[in-house]
Amino acid sequence: MDLFTFLSSSVMVLVVFTIVLTLVPISVYLERRVSAVIQDRLGPNRVGLPLTLFGAKKDFHLFGLFQPAADGIKLFLKEDHTPAHVNKFYFILAPALVMVPALLSAAVIPFGSTMDMPFFEGRQVQLAVANVDIGPLLIFAIASLTVYGIVIAGWASNSRYPFLGGVRSSAQMISYEICLGLSIIPVLLYFGDLNLGRIADQQSRDGWLLLPIAFGGDGPVVDWRTLLLLPTLLIAFIIFTVSLFAETNRAPFDLPECETELVSGYHTEYSSMKFALFFMGEYAAMVVGSALIVTLFFGGWALPFGLDNLIRDPATGAFPWWASLMHMGVFLTKVIGFIVFFIWVRWTVPRFRYDQLMKLGWVVFFELALANILLAAILIAIFG
Amino acid sequence: MSADFIPVLMHLLLVAGVAAFILAGSVLLGRSGRKNEVKDTAYECGMPAGVVRAPRYSVKFYLVAMLFVLFDIEVIFLYPWAVQFREMVAESLLPLWSMVFFVLILGIAYLYVLKKKALDWNEA
Repeated sequence: MDLFTFLSSSVMVLVVFTIVLTLVPISVYLERRVSAVIQDRLGPNRVGLPLTLFGAKKDFHLFGLFQPAADGIKLFLKEDHTPAHVNKFYFILAPALVMVPALLSAAVIPFGSTMDMPFFEGRQVQLAVANVDIGPLLIFAIASLTVYGIVIAGWASNSRYPFLGGVRSSAQMISYEICLGLSIIPVLLYFGDLNLGRIADQQSRDGWLLLPIAFGGDGPVVDWRTLLLLPTLLIAFIIFTVSLFAETNRAPFDLPECETELVSGYHTEYSSMKFALFFMGEYAAMVVGSALIVTLFFGGWALPFGLDNLIRDPATGAFPWWASLMHMGVFLTKVIGFIVFFIWVRWTVPRFRYDQLMKLGWVVFFELALANILLAAILIAIFG
Repeated sequence: MSADFIPVLMHLLLVAGVAAFILAGSVLLGRSGRKNEVKDTAYECGMPAGVVRAPRYSVKFYLVAMLFVLFDIEVIFLYPWAVQFREMVAESLLPLWSMVFFVLILGIAYLYVLKKKALDWNEA
């Protein structure tokens, strides 16, 4: 590892970390505003720039955009109460164990295309922290560690509701991990690759996975073999998305913290920023999950219809720096779109019952995913 | 190869550092209120807390954990197969048949689990 690679990956670590950590309050804000729109309320719309504090005539409300910042400051200043009956070490460890894996799994997501560095002749940088050959596997491996945080939180609280929440959540998360793993195998059959950078790059050439129309590439505009596979890929997408809802403990699968039964589940005994860390973990998992969906199924940073083929440097396959930055914007737009979708579902669909949840995961999705894999394999074997 | 993972390690250090910073910051910055006995008991909707260190829960959860370990290993076997499949199946149909039989055996085990009602949550 030479100095240039070290510096560029340090910068990328900071950039990716900042992006994910900025998207977390943005999605909290979006959650509150979108839920308000859905329930015909206004939602938080006041906290903006408090200019009257500095002698100005008027405040800028900015649609309440600074509400998450105000909430953060408030949470920091609240009393951090550790009840006497808890198991102290694990009680403090658990919130960190929920947040760290969620933020860490963003490391292998490609946030933009391979960029020709300005000022450094002949150097190219992939806009991702790490470009590893086991992308989705690494994300699953790291993200599944979240379950430890939740179980330890429930267990260390030494209280009934958190304990039940922790037990429920562990069963739910490991059940849906199987569906999550099985569902993307048709996608891997199609790409023949586990490197998320190359997966996104291929979609910029041949069109998005679920929109396989590409102009200006090497192949035909519409490949009929991909069209034949499209139904299996669509099923894979549906199973993957729904399983992701369950993995991130989001409604309609938020049984680990369902308020009507368990007060607030595994984080009942937590206060102050420890409590907030659970939320940061949940929202960060949602952000990374959306990013993974976008990368696998909706072209990652790629423009639709293979438009990137017009900008690409044909010799190296890299992009000029302005195109790479544009790709980052495209990627973030898609991710925010999916975050809004996550929020919309939460405020539209009622919560599942526990037996329905387990049945959906183990019976419906498991069988559907296995059949889907066989179907995709047979189609590829016959038509190549 | 393993050099690819060094940035992941750097990311881990940063994230863990921030988590520790937040945990410490909330202790240092947070106001501390008065302590009293009720505040230190477990929250059970205002009822006096029955001291139960480890509540009892359904044995079904153990079953789910065991089934998860079994079936998740099958999923891991499918990954290398899926990545290689398109290249290998162009030469012979062997990879297709081997996976069909693999899934068949998996299916028999799965049917046994279903038949034993291990996944049936409606009865106690």
